[in-house]
Amino acid sequence: MQFKSMVLSNVEVSPSYFRMRMTAPPAISGSQPGQFVMVRVNPAIDPLLRRPFGVFDLGTFETEFTDCGRQSYLEILYKVVGKGTAMLSTLHQNDHLDILGPLGKGFIPGDPAGEKLLVGGGVGLAPLYYLAKELVRDSKVNLFAGGRNKEDVLCITEFERLGVETYVATDDGTLGARGLVTDVFEEQLAKAGPKATILACGPFPMLKAVALLAEKYNVPCQVSLEAYMACGVGACLGCVVKGKNHSDSTPDYRCVCKDGPVFDSKDLLWS
Amino acid sequence: MTKPNLSVDIAGIKLRNPVMTASGTFGYGAEFAPYLDLELLGAIVTKGLSMKPKAGNPTPRIVETPGGMLNAIGLQNVGIEAFIAEKVPFLRTVTTPVIVNLYGNTLEEYGELAGRIDAIPEVAGIEVNISCPNVKQGGIVFGTDPQAAFEVVSLVRRSTTKPLIVKLSPNVTDVVVMAKACVDAGAEALSLINTLTGMAIDLQKRRPILANITGGLSGPAIKPVALRMVWQVAKVVKVPLIGIGGIMSATDALEFILAGATAVQVGTANFLDPSSAGTIATGIETWLEENGVADIRELIGALKS
Repeated sequence: MQFKSMVLSNVEVSPSYFRMRMTAPPAISGSQPGQFVMVRVNPAIDPLLRRPFGVFDLGTFETEFTDCGRQSYLEILYKVVGKGTAMLSTLHQNDHLDILGPLGKGFIPGDPAGEKLLVGGGVGLAPLYYLAKELVRDSKVNLFAGGRNKEDVLCITEFERLGVETYVATDDGTLGARGLVTDVFEEQLAKAGPKATILACGPFPMLKAVALLAEKYNVPCQVSLEAYMACGVGACLGCVVKGKNHSDSTPDYRCVCKDGPVFDSKDLLWS
Repeated sequence: MTKPNLSVDIAGIKLRNPVMTASGTFGYGAEFAPYLDLELLGAIVTKGLSMKPKAGNPTPRIVETPGGMLNAIGLQNVGIEAFIAEKVPFLRTVTTPVIVNLYGNTLEEYGELAGRIDAIPEVAGIEVNISCPNVKQGGIVFGTDPQAAFEVVSLVRRSTTKPLIVKLSPNVTDVVVMAKACVDAGAEALSLINTLTGMAIDLQKRRPILANITGGLSGPAIKPVALRMVWQVAKVVKVPLIGIGGIMSATDALEFILAGATAVQVGTANFLDPSSAGTIATGIETWLEENGVADIRELIGALKS
């Protein structure tokens, strides 16, 4: 669906990372964790294209007027990396946005009896929060969060409040273990039960490392990819990744926007 | 007041209104059905088709630039067999005319593909993309050489009886020369412009942003160039023109019609807003009503100068 939205809050939660809450139609509650929205930052032609953001959280609040019932909201967590996100970060309460979504295929929770191993890097933690919120109802959830430094590791307290057991690693050791999150993850993965599932979101090299570990320990793994995209609906073919059967003579390109952003790690070509 | 007439005729294809979708920005139509009533459109032009499936270029394939975007998708498409098996059944469900955009890597491939498409009853017309290199002849781009363009359009003309539109490249010294060559070869309509070749650079990495280095610029940034080319070509050819280039609104579309276009194609705008082609079509009708214009055809080439 396509809808007009009003900014409710837009707060810098860590240097250059913002958490934005905005109004959404009630149907937004049907979003699957891992799905994303395409946000048009302003109605002008610069920036021209929408920006994709994973759904960080959803909920409802009581409106200040009586008889209006509860209003749905949507939250995104974003990092200021370029023109579009810089403009987004200057928006205030009551500013307007045009949103397309929820889009794409989300995470499949799998057997609730199995433990859920969430792996997130930097802003890749965003869609994992809504996922964790859904998963903790029925399953044990562990989160492995990584970043370059403590400022990249976001909203850990929120995850802990959900009852998620968290493990953190940073490149410079300013929070948690020093080193790669995938090293911390592997220690725990080796001890995981037979029904465990890995659900990961972050930069491509991290996802690749996670996918290889999943293969090594034979644990099912879903990864959520990031990509530059223009349309979000499978038309521009700008966001493609190589599928497992890809070769130059038999192309197997998958659209991150439509076939993903969440893929079974075995469906992608990682080399 | 009676409703204004919006219908136009392009090479014998009856369009309920002049708004078409541009090839490569609208998939095979089905992608947009959740966001837009396809019956609001004048015609649907499908993604550039080749004989064999085409992998396309490595990524990054797109980059945003001020007021526009560069793309180097590399004509990724499913190929004729999958098009017939997987895409045509959906297109059969819409009454809006479907125009197939095609391209070849060799002269022969253009002819062969046009022949295959000729046999598909659901296809109302063919749009030929001549902005491709001829791999058999040192990579010379068909669309930048009048003789090569004449040959390829002549061959397609002999290979099909369907209405024939040729899409012109703006990356030429004189678009009028190319337009004339295509009409002489049997084009019944011309669509213009395809994307303008450009590039974008990442200063910190000291690298081009696109994996293909160069790409095609589209979006509002190219509209003035497109308007100028439509206006130039309209003065010298008699066939209907389809204006393309940065059309984001009904106003933009009507400007192209004043410059000499009979219809328009909406491209990059589909990416920003999947319902935009429909919004533009209804916006044109509203403008005609508000300005007391009974028939869109009164505006074609009606630019005062």
